[in-house]
Amino acid sequence: MSREIAAAAIRGAHNLARQAEDKLARAVAEKGETAAVEFPNTGYYLPVIYAMTGHKVETLADLGPVMDRIRDLLPPPVEAHHWLPYLGPTLDAGMAALFAEEIIEACKYVIGPNPVDGLWLGAADDVILRERGIQFVDGTAPGFAAIVGAAPDVETAVRIARQCQERSLYVFMAAHDHGTSFAEQLAEGGVQLGWDTRLVPFGRDISAAVYALGFAVRAAMSFGGIDGGRFRRNLMYNKNRVFAFVLAMGEVTDEWYATAAGAINFGFPTIADSDIPQILPTGVCTYEHVVSNVPHAQMVEKAIEVRGLKIKVAEVPIPVAFSPAFEGERIRKDDMHVEFGGQRTPALEWLTTRPSGEVEDGKVTVVGPDIDTVEPGGRMPLGILVEVAGRAMQDDFEPVCERQIHTYANHAQGLFHMGQRDIIWVRIGKEAYAKGFRLEHIGKIIHATLHDDFSNILDKVQVTLFTGEADVKRLAEQAVAVYRARDARLAGLVDEDVDTFYSCSLCQSFAPNHICIITPQHPGLCGAYNWLDGRAAYQINPAGPNQPVAKGAAVDAALGQWEKVNQFVAEASNGTIERMSAYSMIVDPMTSCGCFECISAVLPSTGGIMIVPREYPEMTPCGMKFSTAAGTVGGGRQTPGFFGHSRQYILSPKFISADGGFARLVWMPTLLKEALRDGLVRRAEELGLGGEAHLDKIADETTAATEEEVLEHITKAGHPAVEMAPMF
Amino acid sequence: MDPKRLSCDPAAQAMLALMAEAGIETAWDRLEAQEPQCGFGQLGLCCRICNMGPCRVDPFGDGPQRGVCGADADTIIARNFARMVAAGAAAHSDHGRGVAHAFLAMARGEAPDYGIKDRAKLLALAKELDIQIDGQDDKAIAQELGELLLAEFGKPHGTQRMAERAPETRKAVWKNLGILPRAIDQEIVETLHRTTMGVDQDYKSILRHASRCALGDGWGGSMIGTELQDVMFGTPRPRKGEINLGVLKEDEVNLVVHGHEPLLSEMVAAAAADPALVAEARKAGAAGINVAGICCTANELMMRHGIPMAGNFLSQELAVATGAVDLMCVDIQCIMQGLADLVEHYHTKLITTSEKARMQGVEHVPMDEARALEVARTIVRKAIEAYGRRRHEVHIPREKGEAVVGFSHETINYMLGGRFRASYRPLNDNIINGRIRGVAGVVGCTNPKVRHDAGHTGLVRELIRRDILVVTTGCSQIACGKQGLLTPEAAAEAGPGLREVCEAVGIPPVLAVGSCVDNSRILVACAEMVREGGLGDDIADLPVAGACLEHITEKAISIGQYFVASGLLVVFAEQLFPVWSESQVARYLFDEIAEELGGRWAVEDDPVKAAELMAAHIEAKRDALGINQTHERKLYSMEDRQRLAVE
Repeated sequence: MSREIAAAAIRGAHNLARQAEDKLARAVAEKGETAAVEFPNTGYYLPVIYAMTGHKVETLADLGPVMDRIRDLLPPPVEAHHWLPYLGPTLDAGMAALFAEEIIEACKYVIGPNPVDGLWLGAADDVILRERGIQFVDGTAPGFAAIVGAAPDVETAVRIARQCQERSLYVFMAAHDHGTSFAEQLAEGGVQLGWDTRLVPFGRDISAAVYALGFAVRAAMSFGGIDGGRFRRNLMYNKNRVFAFVLAMGEVTDEWYATAAGAINFGFPTIADSDIPQILPTGVCTYEHVVSNVPHAQMVEKAIEVRGLKIKVAEVPIPVAFSPAFEGERIRKDDMHVEFGGQRTPALEWLTTRPSGEVEDGKVTVVGPDIDTVEPGGRMPLGILVEVAGRAMQDDFEPVCERQIHTYANHAQGLFHMGQRDIIWVRIGKEAYAKGFRLEHIGKIIHATLHDDFSNILDKVQVTLFTGEADVKRLAEQAVAVYRARDARLAGLVDEDVDTFYSCSLCQSFAPNHICIITPQHPGLCGAYNWLDGRAAYQINPAGPNQPVAKGAAVDAALGQWEKVNQFVAEASNGTIERMSAYSMIVDPMTSCGCFECISAVLPSTGGIMIVPREYPEMTPCGMKFSTAAGTVGGGRQTPGFFGHSRQYILSPKFISADGGFARLVWMPTLLKEALRDGLVRRAEELGLGGEAHLDKIADETTAATEEEVLEHITKAGHPAVEMAPMF
Repeated sequence: MDPKRLSCDPAAQAMLALMAEAGIETAWDRLEAQEPQCGFGQLGLCCRICNMGPCRVDPFGDGPQRGVCGADADTIIARNFARMVAAGAAAHSDHGRGVAHAFLAMARGEAPDYGIKDRAKLLALAKELDIQIDGQDDKAIAQELGELLLAEFGKPHGTQRMAERAPETRKAVWKNLGILPRAIDQEIVETLHRTTMGVDQDYKSILRHASRCALGDGWGGSMIGTELQDVMFGTPRPRKGEINLGVLKEDEVNLVVHGHEPLLSEMVAAAAADPALVAEARKAGAAGINVAGICCTANELMMRHGIPMAGNFLSQELAVATGAVDLMCVDIQCIMQGLADLVEHYHTKLITTSEKARMQGVEHVPMDEARALEVARTIVRKAIEAYGRRRHEVHIPREKGEAVVGFSHETINYMLGGRFRASYRPLNDNIINGRIRGVAGVVGCTNPKVRHDAGHTGLVRELIRRDILVVTTGCSQIACGKQGLLTPEAAAEAGPGLREVCEAVGIPPVLAVGSCVDNSRILVACAEMVREGGLGDDIADLPVAGACLEHITEKAISIGQYFVASGLLVVFAEQLFPVWSESQVARYLFDEIAEELGGRWAVEDDPVKAAELMAAHIEAKRDALGINQTHERKLYSMEDRQRLAVE
């Protein structure tokens, strides 16, 4: 009966509140009230507390009001007779429990034990959030399983984790059952843990479960543009977008019940393997709230049904599992059966269109020896030729389709793929080989997934895999000529050449007022879509998120404003954005959903701008880390002086061309400088700034940490921005 | 008369036996003395409106078929019916006006003993009514709110502001029929005008206006009363209490408050808790001061303070007969004049307090908002004095039922989702999935013509057994409370689906919503169910019905009519319904009115059959909504999810 659950959850919340109070008191005693509190490299303060209350916790002193809030939320115990309604109070107790857990975990970062310890990862930093969070909102990851406790044995744990991975679900792990934890069981079973494999161990205490919910609220805030304190919208966003659930494995303690009650606020139900009471009537979650006594073999299936989740599992006829969850799997040298390419052997992939009569759909041919001819740890050349046919197929679609090979090859468990075109690097693991994985299966993956994604343009897909060095080299000659021709098509293309841009509203269900406008010289801010992609995507799916936008008459050619583009933006942003400049970060800058690769920010005293990529977690001269700045830029807002963009756009001649362009760039971290070095040098040469020498004039973290230091550096170096007119 | 036939309440039975033995008269005796009652009156066929009458129409067709003015049976029935609606609406609305007056006085600082107990509700109401709240202090907001709502009673232009809460579709129905209610007083006055001799002589026209007048009550006067009482005295939230004569205490000063307005009883409750007065009581030899309620005042006090209820309408005389009531203070509505004679047999002091409701030969202590607490203290002192005069044996029945009460709209919203996810979603969901078939409002009085409490509780038991969630108000609520139906344990009597939901939420299967003005809370709840979605876009689409099988007052007719006009089926007892069943009026009210308003009346004496009737209506609504078909569980793909709203 649910009364027992309510009673236990309320007891558990009281216990957690006491623990939080103790931990906080100890932290204050040791470090003083002014000690800083944060989850390292994250925005949004303590995210659950911030998302639900709008209260910004920055020091231990800020946790006092949170404790008050917890006490206010904690209901009295459930009475044995003539009890008062307990569902609402239990949900409140659950939320209080989450606040308490966040306090406990935050204090651990202050006085230890450090949550990051051995296999335990603690809070996900913002780089991970940006990379992974978007998968939850775009559907690449249908949800996550928050597993608390431990399976009865290692084999069961591994099986359940694999079942989650095969369904592309993330697995967030916390707590232990009588000393055993699920994550440790997986490690013992030889399973790779970490964000890359979607198997994420947060911490050994139940309080670490709050990281899973913290991740969920941060995804809603950063991609959904939901402000802190807008608790209801955040919770409903999670209920209706992030399909997560709790798997309670082992003895459910009062604290587990309290945490589960907290999760129910998010619409995340609990599925238990033990014989606890159930709550079947629906309403807060999409379907049942607590389902118990579920056999281990059925737990994942049952959880998906209870959460109301439809997962498309691609049917790929290969002897290993296939899911995006295996994308991040690395195959170490010792685990490798064979590798191709990676500058060690010639390897390439090429997709081309043929007349229908020349393509036999589903035909996969291996020309040359297969991988059973090499010793474990060996190398072979590899040429992958994909020939497709379809009445709606066009040359422009070829690169779009070809790029999918990388994505999908990685979905196969035990297959690793990096790079594209003729710089691919492929490994097949020993385990996959032992399960019967051979070269033809790469062909089968390509055949199945291209049909799946592009059925409206492709009718036939035929794959040939060459392993003889001569064959591969011959293939490469033809392919490289095609690669060049493709590059030339876009390289020569400038915004003035076209009368139509493409919109991208892929993220609009999460940032409802954001709309991307993609021009030949201003690619999508996520870095994934350029103008050709937009055009191809529109042709492949005319009702899809990429729509043609006629430019119309120029309102201001320098700013990059056109009449019809403005009209389109106004409509697509639900009237919130009236004007948008393609080339300015000062006047009506383009908005951001939250997926941007980089943020540019004006450093007013320098006359220039800095760029921080999301991989850079440290403080920047604008006084904000990437994560904080991202909060200012994302969510569909126009913030003059800030904007989000792709890495590639930095090298475009139209990069903030209305504001002075590339010459304004005065600071960027070395990791970005190195990654773009060739392009940066080229741009500097094109602009007559002195090529390589100009790069040294651009400050980085080794030469300047603050705006003043940037100014000092560029003045000393003679950076052109010093002489330019102020940006504002 | 066998007390067991008169009431199903063992405490009432004991008192009736005791009073019969002592030869003391009760309402039941007076009813017997009245029998046979006038058959024309019972059918609504008697017209006393003008002085050419009294006229009556012979229902058997032998005698006259028209009054002197030429009015036919339908005009006469419709006029009588409409005047009952007007009188009922007047009672609720004058109560509501009284509250609005006190509220405004409080805001102006002229009623220092009152205050703002629910600030959140004040602000929400102000916001709803477009009152600027930024930069204004609470009292200023309250003043503006009080003035605005007080104006609703007599404003020269426009329609009822609170009625804007109704779903759009419903408002369109009212608008198309021309019955969007205007100023509350205007609708009542116009009813009296229309129904006077020689004015409106088209029964449908009269009854349509009766709908308008009733809407001015439910979505006007009553709702204003409820909302402002909540702001001043606190919005009810779940609390426990005890119900029935067993709450009277042999060794304490028993002060019974009876009537309807919390304006007085709130102050009496506060005064009774004053340590100085408790000390005085002790000095007089009592162990303490025990305040207990009767009728809707009891509902108001228990929902806000957990103060016990001694009983419902028919318990008022029985309470005095225990000999344990030292003082009974009354305000308005449902006060039997018989009390004045009755107290002569006992030491009980009877006090009237409302300027609107005096009784011949009874001491009047006028209620004064400006010094309310002081008046209340005077009353408590009089109770202590009376205690000193207690000479005789007392006979307090042991019976008392326990109850969980306080299911305001706000409570329902909170209890289903907590502070962070408060909503009606779980209610709608479980109606849609069929665990709960629908919702029934069982409300109203207790009438000696019906076995006391049996009509209500018999019906309620049948409904919950059929997985229909019951909401209850007024004397029906007290009847349910006596029998333990307001406890969460009563879920054991419910069908399996309703039981499961009750267990998930921790609620009784019968939700105590409040007093009779609080029927407006049921309207708000219905509007919220529509707003929450999945159950149609009008109140008339909801699988919801109402009933009152023991009705007495004109207020009940007004309530019934505003539920019908809001789109619901309303079932009354046939023997008590003042409409000749063969008339055109009956055909209209039981059938044709549904085409205009969605709702309709029905009559049935037998609680089991009434439950069947309501269940059939609920199932028909479910069929129309398409929720009776079993649907495969929908599993959501990412595309499906993106179509879901996030707020």
